[in-house]
Amino acid sequence: MGSDKSYKSFIRGLLYLLPSLVILGVFQFYPIIKSLDMSFYIRYNYFKDVVHQRGFGNFIYIFNDNQFRIALKNTFIFALGVVPASIILSLGIAVLLNTKIKLRGFFRSIYFLPFVTSVVAISIVWRWIYHSRYGLLNYLLGLVGIYPIQWLTDPKWAMVSLIILSIWRGLGYNIIIFLAGLQNINLQYYQAAKIDGASKWNRFRYITIPQLSPTIFFVSIMSLINAFKVFDEIFALFDKRPGPLNSCLTVVYYIYDQFANQYKYGVASAAVYVLFIIILFFTLIQLYIGRKKVHYD
Amino acid sequence: MIKWIITKKPLFNRINLQKFPLDKLLIYIILTVGGIVTLLPFLWMISTSLKSSNEVHMLPPKWIPSKIMLENYFVILNRVPFKKYFINSVLVTVCTTVGTLITSILAAFAFSKVKFWGRDMLFTLYLGTMMIPGEVLLIPNFVTLSKIGWINSYKALIIPWIVSVFAIFLLRQYFLGIPKELYIAAKIDGSTDWNYMWNIMVPLSKPALITIGLLKVIYSWNSFLWPLIVTNSPTMRTLPIGLTSFSSEGGTEYHLMMAFATMIVLPMILIYFMLQKYIIEGASRTGIKG
Repeated sequence: MGSDKSYKSFIRGLLYLLPSLVILGVFQFYPIIKSLDMSFYIRYNYFKDVVHQRGFGNFIYIFNDNQFRIALKNTFIFALGVVPASIILSLGIAVLLNTKIKLRGFFRSIYFLPFVTSVVAISIVWRWIYHSRYGLLNYLLGLVGIYPIQWLTDPKWAMVSLIILSIWRGLGYNIIIFLAGLQNINLQYYQAAKIDGASKWNRFRYITIPQLSPTIFFVSIMSLINAFKVFDEIFALFDKRPGPLNSCLTVVYYIYDQFANQYKYGVASAAVYVLFIIILFFTLIQLYIGRKKVHYD
Repeated sequence: MIKWIITKKPLFNRINLQKFPLDKLLIYIILTVGGIVTLLPFLWMISTSLKSSNEVHMLPPKWIPSKIMLENYFVILNRVPFKKYFINSVLVTVCTTVGTLITSILAAFAFSKVKFWGRDMLFTLYLGTMMIPGEVLLIPNFVTLSKIGWINSYKALIIPWIVSVFAIFLLRQYFLGIPKELYIAAKIDGSTDWNYMWNIMVPLSKPALITIGLLKVIYSWNSFLWPLIVTNSPTMRTLPIGLTSFSSEGGTEYHLMMAFATMIVLPMILIYFMLQKYIIEGASRTGIKG
């Protein structure tokens, strides 16, 4: 298939790549640099695309901006609320699904269902579920004697509502990944442990968990990254507001607000880069540690 | 019933009867409860979408409406420019999906079957973009599009999304698995690379192409932040944007909102139940969507 270094094969290869290369160039490679550049724009004319002054002003601004600090804090709270709970639940369900039961495929399809549905549509459904007076959740809680909770209007509960919705939505995806991981574990380990008389719990603790640790690690990092990017849910759940008293103002919401409502492109770009660095940090951990350390073979 | 089970089981199975089924029963109970929790919002959505506005605000809530109000769906079809939103969503989804398939086939072919200088470096560069969160690209892309006057156009909704590095990656792996002998045979028969790609490789890669296509369809259909930013006229809205604007205007008309939401969610659910093995297969390959 063509020799390695000839001029002709190089042109041929590039021609096949041309469509994707052009699109990626304009909409992926260029904006990465442009975005960094924009975060240093201090005085600029957006309409004429002239920059009068560059500097660190935007970064100084966001770190002194109370809103941004709230956004960072909320994003971390959100991630801490969603990721561990989601992993424990989905791992538990995956382990149960991996036993010899009937209807396994059926359960798997059900759990995965939220993943294919529009986040916005389903968040509007949850808005209705959380309705303090006529919502399904308060009705069900009322049956066991719990007083109605102001899920979406009480700043103390708004974040909880968002976390519940996100766990519910992300569960199926994690379960699928865990099931794939579980099916890669060599059954001989279990047989050997059974012969040695290891209990079910010990088999889980000393075979499943270590063998699955690369998958658990992968899912944790991916969930963390996705948690840092939460936006659609908030927009739909709280009707274009970041929750009562900014209680669900997250980093991406802050970026959106600065960019689309306040037209502060430089400030928004600076916030984007802070987010990017946080996400890049997790990505690199995943790439390096994930490959080296979390292996038991 | 209980009596029947007890009398049917032979006595020597008693230990099993006590221990084993209890385990299993517990597993089934947990999985069923989990399944109900997963499905409940969907059932509640459909149930509410079929209620009259009076029944929506009734306590205790009824699961089955006393009168099935299919009219709600027609109200939505006529009240908001739903048809326009729907056409926009379908158009954008179809175009991005077809575009993605074409660019992926071409790029995957280059990365798997054409040898040229710099190929591996370019492939690494492509893969590198998977590490970049979409939020980073949002503002500069918006600026680029407004400079070339594409804001509020189908081009803005489609063109930036017709390349998916994940799709290229997936298809390349698939192409690499196709034996070389086929290529040599095709060459002897006088086929060009171009014909070989379309006539042999593409038909052989149908499962991978279906997976890529379906993931793109789901992603495009549900996409929100990008269309929200690059469109501002109601006639360019896609369904999810239309729903959020309807829900802020609609206020308390939850039965109509739920009918709207159902019409967004249902097409994807149908596709999912028909072709789920491709979707689950594709989704389990990566954490990156789109």
